[in-house]
Order: sequence, then C-alpha cells, then structure tokens
Amino acid sequence: MDYLLTDEQKLLQELCRKIAEEKIAPVAKELDEKEEFPWQIIKILAQSDLFGIFIPQQYGGLLNLPEGKNIGGVLDLCIATEELSRACGGIAVCYAASALGTFPIILYGNKEQKERYLPDLAKGGKLAAFAITEPEAGSDASSIKTTAVKKDGYYVLNGIKHFITNGGEADIYVVIAMTDKTKGPRGASAFIVEKGTTGFNFGKKEEKLGIRASVTRELIFDNCKVPEKNLLGKEGLGFIITMKTFDVSRPGVAAQAVGIAQGALDLALKYAKERQQFGKSISSFQGIQWMLADMATQVEAARALVYAVARMIDNGNTSVSKESAMAKLFASDVAMRVTTDAVQIFGGYGYMRDYPIEKYMRDAKITQIYEGTNQIQRNIIFLQLIKELAK
Amino acid sequence: MAIRIILEKCTGCSLCIKTCPFGAIKIQDKKAIIDLSKCNLCGACVDSCKFGAILIEKTTLTKVNLNEYCGIWVFAEQKKSLIQPVVWELLAKARELAEKINTEVSAVLLGFKIKEKAKELIYRGADKVYVVDDESLVNFLDEPYTNILINLIQKYKPEIFLCGATSIGRALISRVAVKLYTGLTADCTGLDIDLEKRILLQTRPAFGGNIMATIITPFHRPQMATVRHKVFASSKEDRTRKGQIIEESIDGILLKGRTKILEIIEEIGSTVNLSEADIIVSGGRGVGSKENFKILEDLAKVLNAGVGASRAAVDNGWMPYSHQVGQTGKTVSPKIYIACGISGQIQHLVGMQSSKIIVAINKDPDAPIFKIATYGVVGDLFEIVPALTKKFKGVL
Amino acid sequence: MNIIVCIKQVPETTEVKINPETNTLIREGIKSIINPFDMYAIEEAVRIKEKYGAKTTVITMGPPQAEEALREAIAMGIDEAILITDRSLAGSDTWATSYTLSKAILKLGSFDIILCGKQASDGDTAQVGPGISAHLDIPQVTYVKKIKEITEKSCFVERMTEEGYEVILVSLPCLFTVVKEINEPRLPSLRGLLKAKQTNILKWSAKDLNLDETKIGLKGSPTQVIKIFTPPSRCGGVIFKGETEEVVEKLFSVLKKEIP
Repeated sequence: MDYLLTDEQKLLQELCRKIAEEKIAPVAKELDEKEEFPWQIIKILAQSDLFGIFIPQQYGGLLNLPEGKNIGGVLDLCIATEELSRACGGIAVCYAASALGTFPIILYGNKEQKERYLPDLAKGGKLAAFAITEPEAGSDASSIKTTAVKKDGYYVLNGIKHFITNGGEADIYVVIAMTDKTKGPRGASAFIVEKGTTGFNFGKKEEKLGIRASVTRELIFDNCKVPEKNLLGKEGLGFIITMKTFDVSRPGVAAQAVGIAQGALDLALKYAKERQQFGKSISSFQGIQWMLADMATQVEAARALVYAVARMIDNGNTSVSKESAMAKLFASDVAMRVTTDAVQIFGGYGYMRDYPIEKYMRDAKITQIYEGTNQIQRNIIFLQLIKELAK
Repeated sequence: MAIRIILEKCTGCSLCIKTCPFGAIKIQDKKAIIDLSKCNLCGACVDSCKFGAILIEKTTLTKVNLNEYCGIWVFAEQKKSLIQPVVWELLAKARELAEKINTEVSAVLLGFKIKEKAKELIYRGADKVYVVDDESLVNFLDEPYTNILINLIQKYKPEIFLCGATSIGRALISRVAVKLYTGLTADCTGLDIDLEKRILLQTRPAFGGNIMATIITPFHRPQMATVRHKVFASSKEDRTRKGQIIEESIDGILLKGRTKILEIIEEIGSTVNLSEADIIVSGGRGVGSKENFKILEDLAKVLNAGVGASRAAVDNGWMPYSHQVGQTGKTVSPKIYIACGISGQIQHLVGMQSSKIIVAINKDPDAPIFKIATYGVVGDLFEIVPALTKKFKGVL
Repeated sequence: MNIIVCIKQVPETTEVKINPETNTLIREGIKSIINPFDMYAIEEAVRIKEKYGAKTTVITMGPPQAEEALREAIAMGIDEAILITDRSLAGSDTWATSYTLSKAILKLGSFDIILCGKQASDGDTAQVGPGISAHLDIPQVTYVKKIKEITEKSCFVERMTEEGYEVILVSLPCLFTVVKEINEPRLPSLRGLLKAKQTNILKWSAKDLNLDETKIGLKGSPTQVIKIFTPPSRCGGVIFKGETEEVVEKLFSVLKKEIP
C-alpha cells in the first residue's frame, strides 16, 4: 500500500530496514536468550540519528517543527519502530520506550529543561524512561503511592515504581509522584529524575515472557532529593502529562505491534513456500493461503490506522485520545492473532526455539498489556464516544 | 573511440556477441555495433572475429627499445634472512620461461648479512644473483626496496620481472612498476610465453575467481607479474649448480625512507603461514566455539598444517582475522584444504577453490561445499576430525 | 587535516558469472556496490575526522553512475565527493588509473592521509593504492589494520603481515591501504542520507585534470587484456558414507598418498 510517505520518510524506512536486517536480526535470538540489553544496537541507532527524528532541530534533533507546534515526527517514529520491530520487538521497545520518556519533556518541558535534556537524548547518548506504574497501581493509575514533598528547594521523593522499561539503563526518568494526596488524581506531578541522584536506586530486573532483550526494572526512591527546577509543568499536572504523553506514544506501541506482526507474516510466508508436505509446498493449500491472506489484510489495516493517527498528531491535532487508543488496541490484537497464526503455519517447528517464529508470539503479547491494557484502551474509546454523543 | 567495427568486413555472424564478456555488442541491420558505455576494450571480440572486422586502434607508444631488455628476474623475498618458499616456485617457473626464450634467470636479493643465502638461489635455478647487503635492508620497507629495484632494473634491463604475490610483493612491485612506467599483472596463476612475439602471457583470476583473464604488457619493459603462492611447483635444490653472485653497491640516498618499523609482532597461533602452508585445516560455523577449534588445531599440528577459518568463525571471535580465508580474508591454494563445518558460501570458496584437493566434512549433505570438494564426508566433525588426527598420529 | 579516500564502484563480485552457453558475463540484476574493502577506508576516514577533526573527501574514477557510490560515502559521514568521469579514461589499467587519481589528488591541494581499501573485489590487484603513492612520491603502508595515533607530522600504524603485524612510524603525508580488521563500517546516518541527497558531486574530466593524453585510458595503459574466459569448473568428487570409523579409514587412505 502506498502511504504517500515523503522522500525523507522513505529514506528513514530504508535505513531502519537495513539496520534491522543487517544488525538486529543476527543478534535477536542471542539477546533474547541471554536477556541482555542491546547496547551495541542502541549505539547504531544513535549513530544513525534515529533518536533525533522526533526532537526539534533547535534541541539537536532532526525534526523541522513549524512555529506554534510543540510535537511532530510521530509518524517518523512509528516508521522506525515498525521496521526495527520486524526484526526484534524487544530491541525496538528499548528505542520506543526512550521516546516515551522523552515526550513529556518535549510536551511540557520549559526552555531550560529542554535545553538541558533534549540534545543528549536526540544524540542517543542518553536514554529516557517513563515511570508511573507501581505494584499497587497498574491500570488504576490514580492509586499511586509515591510521594514528592517540597522542602528547601527540592522535592523529596519516596516510593517504588515497577515494571519500568529501560529502568536502570536509562539516564533520564520522568517520574509521576503525588505532591498532594488530598487532591486525588489532581494531586500528581511529574518530575525529571536523573540516574545517580542520591536516594534513587534500582530494584530487581524482571524475567519476562517476551521482549527479553529489553530491560524492565524497579525504581526505588528513598528520600531522593530532586531539584525544584526538575518539576515538569506545574504541580498537579502529573496525570494530564501522562495522558497527553500516552496519546502521542501509543501509536508507537501500535507501530511496534505492526512490525512484530509483519515480521511474523514475512517468516510464515517464506516458510509456507518452502515447506513440503504431501509432496508439495504447503502454500499450495487453500487453508494456508487464506490464513496468510487474512494475516496480511489485518496487518495492512493496522498499519493504515496507525499511520493515520500518527499523521493527525503531526498535523497538530491535540485531541487524539480515542484514535490513539484505537490504533494501539487494534494493532496489538492483530499482532497477537497474526503471530499465533504464524506459529501455527510453522507447525511443530513453530513451537521450537530453534526457529525464530515463537519469539514473535511471545513479543506480541506485551503490546496488548503495556501503555494501558487493551481493556483500558476500550475504556478510553468508550469515554470519548459518550463525550461526543453529549456534544 | 578506440574500438570500431569495419562495416565492409563485418558479416553480422554474431560470433563477437558470444565472446563479449560485457554484453556490449549487438547486431543491427546485419552489422555488429558496440555499446561504448558497456565496452571495456578488453579485446576479446577482436580475437574472435574471423573476418578481422573489429579494430582496436591503439597508438603504439614504444618509447622503449624492447630489444634492449633481456633476461628474467626473480625477486628473492626474505624474512629474517630466510628466503621465502614462494621464491623457489618463482625460480622454477622462471627457468621454464627462460628455456623457451633462451635467456638467463637472475635473482635479486636484498637484506642484511644475506650474502651467504645467495648460493641457495643458484642451487635452485638462478644463473646470477644480485645482492644488496645493508643494515637498513634487514626488514622490508617500501621506499628503500623500491628505490633499489628501480636502480637495478634500469641498470640491467631485464625483460621479465617476477615476484611473489605476498603482502610484501604486492606492495613493493606496484610501486616499482608505476615508477618505471611499465605494466604489472597481479596474483598470476598462469605464466607462458607467446614465442612469436616474445611476450609474457600472464593469466590471473578476476571477479573473485569467477573469470580468468590473460594479460600482456606489449610495449613496456620489464613485463612484471606477481605470482600466487603454491600455484607453481618449487624448483629442486641442486648443490652442484654454478652461478655468479654480484654484489651491488648502492648509493646511500636510495636507502632513505619515510617509514620506520618500530616493532615486529608475531602472533601466537599463526605459526604456520597460511599462504605458504601445504595443508590447511579450516573451520567454520559448524565448529561452534573457540574451544572447539582445538580439535582442528590438533589435526593441523599432526599434519604440520595451517589453521584457517571462515568469516563466520572469525566474526564470532573464535579465530583471529589473520586466519580468515575467503573474499575479505586470504586467498590460499594449498595442496590439501580440509574444510570442517564450513557450508561453502561463495565468499569462502573464492578464497580456496584453487586448492589442489578439497576435503569437506559437514553435517549437512546439501552444503554447497560438497559441490567443489574432491572428497566429502557427511558427518559429525567432532567424531571424524579427532579420529583422523589419531590415524595420522600413527604414521606421521 | 585533510583526508582523501579513493574508492571504486564494483559489481557485487561473487555474483558475477559467465553464462556457459553464450560465454558472456551475466550482468543483469547485479547490483553495483562500493568495493567492500573501500568501506573500511571510508569508515576509518570518518573515525579520524571524529577523533582529530579533519576534512574528508572521497574520490572515484568511473562511469557517471559511480556517483551513487560517492553519495553512499557521504551518507556515512564523508564531507565532499569528486567523480572523475570521461570516456577517454575507459580501459585504464592500474597504472593509468593510479596516474589519473594522483592528478586529481594534486588538484585538490594539500592532503595529509590518503586511504584506500587493500584491493578491489573485481580486479583484486591491490595495485592502485601503492600506484597512487608512487605517482605522488609519498610513503605508503599497505595492509594497515590499525591507525594508532596521528601526530602533526607522523602517524603510528600497525601493518598486517603473514606472521602477525608490524608497528610502523610513517611521516605525513602518506597513503594507507586498509584491511577488514581495522574497523567495522557503520551504516549511514539519517543526516548523512539527507546530505547525500542534496550534495552536489563535483565532476572532473580528463581535461579538468590536465592529464597527459598518452598516459590515460587504454592508450596509456601498459597492460592489455587479450582474453577472458571461465576457469574450468570444479566438480564435486567422491562422497564417503558410512560409520565414522569406515569413512575416516577411507579419507585417511586417499590423503596419506598426498601428504608431502
């Protein structure tokens, strides 16, 4: 399908495909097995300027942001994430999660904060992470317990964040903490916390089903003193910042899902052509043909939705919660179905770790869960439907 | 420009189309026409045309009087005062060529305290040996070696100059040939004489060995070639042979250069020089680990062989790059090449397919290596190689 | 510091075959690429630039489509590119090629380091690099596997030999030919790709370089190709089958005879 990408976007797509094929694919299995963070790939992505595509030029990125807009490059980010995910969903998420940690600074950072943090992030010299989830606060984000108390020019943070992608590897964290518990959701605030800050430590590294090259860790704040100037926006904006960040980052998760699905489809198609049973290639059976046709159609539909939402954001549309949630919901469900079918096409071999396809199925599952479970996405969509009806 | 079809002579027979390696000729209106953008002026079509209808107009710029040049010279490469085995191969070939054109063979030997070694060159076929002995020549350095060779060649005017296609030879002779404004053909695997024209026919592989080209240097002298190791047989030593040793004194200025060797490091493990090895035991992806290469090294030790590796094995860090055989590594042509766990990607084959005997040991019966192997064994290298080592241990 | 990289566009070598029926090179569908060894030279130039600061220029001689190779080098981080292209250069052998390239280098003005790949994968001669340094009368180090340090007037490098390597001190300006071990070429950057798209590639003809007509192209080439043919193809031989002991015995008995 022709998505009318610009010449620059085509160059980006080609470059990411090359990185995926030449650099990521050969190490994907090994990093998955060893659960090893892909620093060598991150270095390549950085050298290829991929961390700068959604960061404005004035802050060291490549994004040519027109006057009056504060966000862009989301489609570019989706293109990159999708292509990288075709080779390894785990490695791609290390990249996409850094974008997730960077967006709040782009959206709500003041000039000083942007100048301080964005150039390093654009270069890929440092990674970012976003931290809201807590042991007791998953889908119910409003029940977070981490606190931030203002004292002597600092906010003192106490509490635990967990399941934090890039935790421990990233240098820059955007952390949501309660500054005023009495105000409920309106009492949360967002802080930029640098690795190495006294009282900021890392807990255990999780062992995961999929995306095993990525790292998921606990963040532990024990009287961690964060300078006042690191408050993003102002006190009480924590949840707004989170929602607005997710609005622009969810297409990225959706793109990851599209990439994983496409990667699995590519392998299944190739395998179906090569695999001989009953004296002919299994792709000559209509049952397999229809499976592959359905898989391809679903992937294309997901991609079309993701790109459309990304374009909306890049064009300055700020109320995209519903569409963004739809893209994430649809694409991740497609990824799960398509990868499951791909394993099915591989038959017994598909279940074996010697073959690359089972990894796609493991990697796909998380896309239905993180950055808001698909049940939460449906809540968001329905909430918007009701709001629109009331208008 | 320089190539054209003589339309009156062309019959449109299309023979030339078949010989053109670049697909540059087509027939239009029953005459051949040449697409100049594809033509490489290789001249293959000229030879193929039975009607003499293709002409390459080459102005002959014979500034040199070809008759002034005679004799065949061999560069006697030495390292640590040991004459390198490739020199014996060059001497054997040089003798053979010299018989054909009835001329003599000379060797040129540069080094320090090296005079004693000149005799060996005579025993192996040289009629004359030119020796330059100086402390500054103890190790190879591009500039002084170049200067001296130029000086001697200009003084004695050999018609043919041969050198091993070693890392030294290929660096040195390229420089010498440019300075002398003469032709050089690299890495030859075949040398012969066109008796009629008294010209050296130099055959060498190109495109990674997928095609062969025969090259001449018609109007410049000497005709220079570097020669691949192990392609030609060595000359036998004959201690009764007599010859003349000529010590050349050289102007000190020629010994000056702008490079200086600070240190020479011999790497452990590469005790047998791959290019010079008669037997190479080589391992690929199938070997599986650095530790497993020990199995290959054991066999190599028994056979006094070199250890080679495919790119996959080197990229995985199992063997150092200096052991890599193939397109981005070394080109070797030993008597026996034993490929263990090497699937035989084309990039590997181009580096070893001129070996005399290729033995392939691989689990996968469909591995491409079997298509070129003289002897193939489908099986587990971890069983076969140690068993083979044990067998040879008993007899060698 | 000025660094010049000389590169060559080559057909993806390993795919070049002769059609046995027509005896022609099968060229259809064969990609043109930068000679693999030149990629290491480009990478090394960019690394030197990053470490010491330098202006990097890439030069190639070839048909107009060789421009692609130059753009690829720019995408990897090279600053400027020059294409020497002229019908009169067709048929150049290594002598004429190194003569032409050396003239272009002189036209560029001052330079400190010239980098070349150790050889081109189509011709495999390894002669053009040393040829250039001979024409320019500058020192050379071939088979460089590491550039250790560059000072104002000299450079410490490691040169690969058959037995190991040598540490060499060489005065600048000089020419290096590099081997694979020296680095791992990067993929292009997005900025580089965008720049490569926009960069104007300088094109020089034989006239621009004031070349001596008698020293270029086929006319100026001392060597002449008189025949191109397919090497006799190697056929598969005997496959030994059976129990390990049995096949080892068979292999042993055939090899024993051949061991010198």
